[in-house]
Amino acid sequence: MSFVLAVELDGDGAHPSAWRHSRRSPGAVLGGAALRTSVHDAERAGFDLATFADTPVPPAGGPDAAGRIEAGTRAAFVATSTSRIGLAPTLHVTTTEPFHLATQLASLDHATRGRAGWVLGAANDVASAATVGGVPLDPAGLHREITDVLDTARALWDSWQDDAVIRDVATGRYLDPDRVHHVDVTAARFTVKGPLITPRPPQGQLVVLAPEELDVAGRTDVVLVGGADPADVADRAERARGAGAARVLAEVQVVLDTDRSGAERLAELDDHTPWPDDGRLRHVGPAAGLVALLRRLAPLVDGVRLHPAVLADDLPVLAGRVLPELADLRAATGDTLRGTFGLTRPENRFAVRGGQS
Amino acid sequence: MTGPHVHLGVFQAGVGPQLVWAHPDAAPHTAIETFVQTAQLLERGLFDAFFLGEGLRVRENRGRVHELDVAGRPDAITQLAALAGATERIGLVATQNTTYNFPADLARRLASLDLLSDGRAGWNVVTTDNAWTGENFRHGGWLAHERRYERAEQFVEAAKALWSAWDADAVQDADAKSWARPGSIATVDRHTDLVDLTAVPTVPASRQGRPVLFQAGDSAGGRELAAKHADVVFSAHTRFDEARALAEDLTVRLARYGRDRESLRILPGAEIVLGETAAEAEEKARWVRGEQVTGRRALAFFEQYWGTDLSGYDPDGPLPDIEPSDAELDPSRGTISIDRRSGKLALIAQWRERADAGNLSIRDLALEVSPGHPAFVGTPAQVADEWARYVRARVVDGFNLLPYLIPGALTDVVDLLVPALQERGVYRTGYQGSTLREHLDLPEIR
Repeated sequence: MSFVLAVELDGDGAHPSAWRHSRRSPGAVLGGAALRTSVHDAERAGFDLATFADTPVPPAGGPDAAGRIEAGTRAAFVATSTSRIGLAPTLHVTTTEPFHLATQLASLDHATRGRAGWVLGAANDVASAATVGGVPLDPAGLHREITDVLDTARALWDSWQDDAVIRDVATGRYLDPDRVHHVDVTAARFTVKGPLITPRPPQGQLVVLAPEELDVAGRTDVVLVGGADPADVADRAERARGAGAARVLAEVQVVLDTDRSGAERLAELDDHTPWPDDGRLRHVGPAAGLVALLRRLAPLVDGVRLHPAVLADDLPVLAGRVLPELADLRAATGDTLRGTFGLTRPENRFAVRGGQS
Repeated sequence: MTGPHVHLGVFQAGVGPQLVWAHPDAAPHTAIETFVQTAQLLERGLFDAFFLGEGLRVRENRGRVHELDVAGRPDAITQLAALAGATERIGLVATQNTTYNFPADLARRLASLDLLSDGRAGWNVVTTDNAWTGENFRHGGWLAHERRYERAEQFVEAAKALWSAWDADAVQDADAKSWARPGSIATVDRHTDLVDLTAVPTVPASRQGRPVLFQAGDSAGGRELAAKHADVVFSAHTRFDEARALAEDLTVRLARYGRDRESLRILPGAEIVLGETAAEAEEKARWVRGEQVTGRRALAFFEQYWGTDLSGYDPDGPLPDIEPSDAELDPSRGTISIDRRSGKLALIAQWRERADAGNLSIRDLALEVSPGHPAFVGTPAQVADEWARYVRARVVDGFNLLPYLIPGALTDVVDLLVPALQERGVYRTGYQGSTLREHLDLPEIR
């Protein structure tokens, strides 16, 4: 399998002060042109996957960015102007309807012809819950809700078999109703009848990525792990695999040397708002150092997700001086996101069962 | 552009008997390429909007997924966001339901589409009360039928509040102390038994102020909601006298809210069939209708009313000799109009009389009584004359076309009808604005 290179493209960069260095007016981040630029740059650089962070509430408190376009629409907007890069928005299980969430993601997979993923979100703070008139769930309730919504989305993605649409002109039948199924999910906090209003996604099942702390390794395709150093990353990757994770990506924050050193840049950014340590690897310094770090990680994990501090500064260095140095770790992987991760297209549970709706 | 003119949209329902899928030229109706090509074709035809339908449960006939019609459609906002990235000018309108959405979530997604398209988004506000659709949602069947427009109104008002929560100059320069000027983004609070949210919107107003609001319901509640909040009415009335009656009714209702006719566009949904000659158009219309009401579709149509399997009957023979079940129709299966929720047996008796009097077969009767007749049939010149008459009398402001074949039926409109309208001075010869609101010549949002 190829070493997977993903990049988080939310806003002007991962550092809370990134907007001060975007080289465009701060409000421009809330438009199609800025979005297209960063995604196209990432695709041209050779990244396999772009992710789009999101929350139902403003992205930052205090003096930093208060605006953010919803992630699912951001991913869809670049669906037809890209051709290789995977697109994975964060959608939250707690503040949406499971049926809508599954429909939106299936539609993104159709629009990208099989390049869609889902970064599982579970916003559970007071402000997020209040957007839907709710209150935060207790830890057990939250875990149950996460698994319930994920299982429901997966069932709905199977609710149309691949061969459901038959277009049989002779009999006038557009579809075979025996191949379109009710799912009859009974979850702790909701029920869903199905089928989905959207035919099965091209990938069959979208690639689901989940942060390790959500503790759903066995149900997801890719677990995102942090770690203080490569050894810690290796331990966490081992734990995730033990819990059933098919693939593991390490999270790496980057502040690269440009015409100024990474350390200088970070100090200046932190001077406005400090970048909190959230337990992820962080590389501050020259491109060569990042290349060395990624080479150390390559035997330990299936890939990385990079979090550039400032897209306008760090993305060009990644494109020019980091990704070209990793060519030997990379191989052609086909044109779906599942293919990128070396994952096969899953059989449909209803086809396997051969049952009726 | 001065003087009355025709605004055009295309309503792609995505389900139902409208689309002649068996035609060899029918494009695969769920493929992204088909949507992109359609939107770009309409942009070439200087259309105001491309409009997607939505229904939140796959249509069924007696407990099984309906097999004869096209089915399967994308999430409207996701699809339109993809189309926003593939088009420059055309308006993008999503049908979205107020009963089974969270107001802050839907308002945010619509505002996101509006920003990404740089002011080309619209929302066709629809309601549903039925528990059958609700089986797919967290609060299935929670809303009483009588309260569906009450919820819709509160929902729309919450959305408007969320869309106007940012001051116009909220975002500051890169060298300012903070990204947004302190105090420039309001928190929206709504706490009633129908709408409950506290939210700080993350998305400011687009170039057109907010998504354009369409309203499609024809009941008194729907019309009242339109008069109070809508920018466009997507009506069902294409006959001149009925269209005039609706325009007059809406004008009276608008006045109650301090609005006039100029602040509202009326665009009825209309199927049109064009031909080189009037006779050819008539012939084509008969063919389209015949394709839409096949023998099997005719049986399926009556099965809903009889409430029983009629597949053993010959569609070219007389009406079923068996009596229908006593149960009233369930209009919630997605295939029957909501006003048919009672009086089924009387209706069937009427149909029997009509079939006897005219010696009609099952299929003949279905051709007459099932919905979906083309509203305008003729040469491009004939239809253009007719439409010019409609808009000059201001009984409508244009039409939302319901294509029977994609892209064929629309290519004819763009290549043949649009030039005929332009010759008559009732259609634009180029986009003058860039937002959907500007295309529709609607007054600016104050």
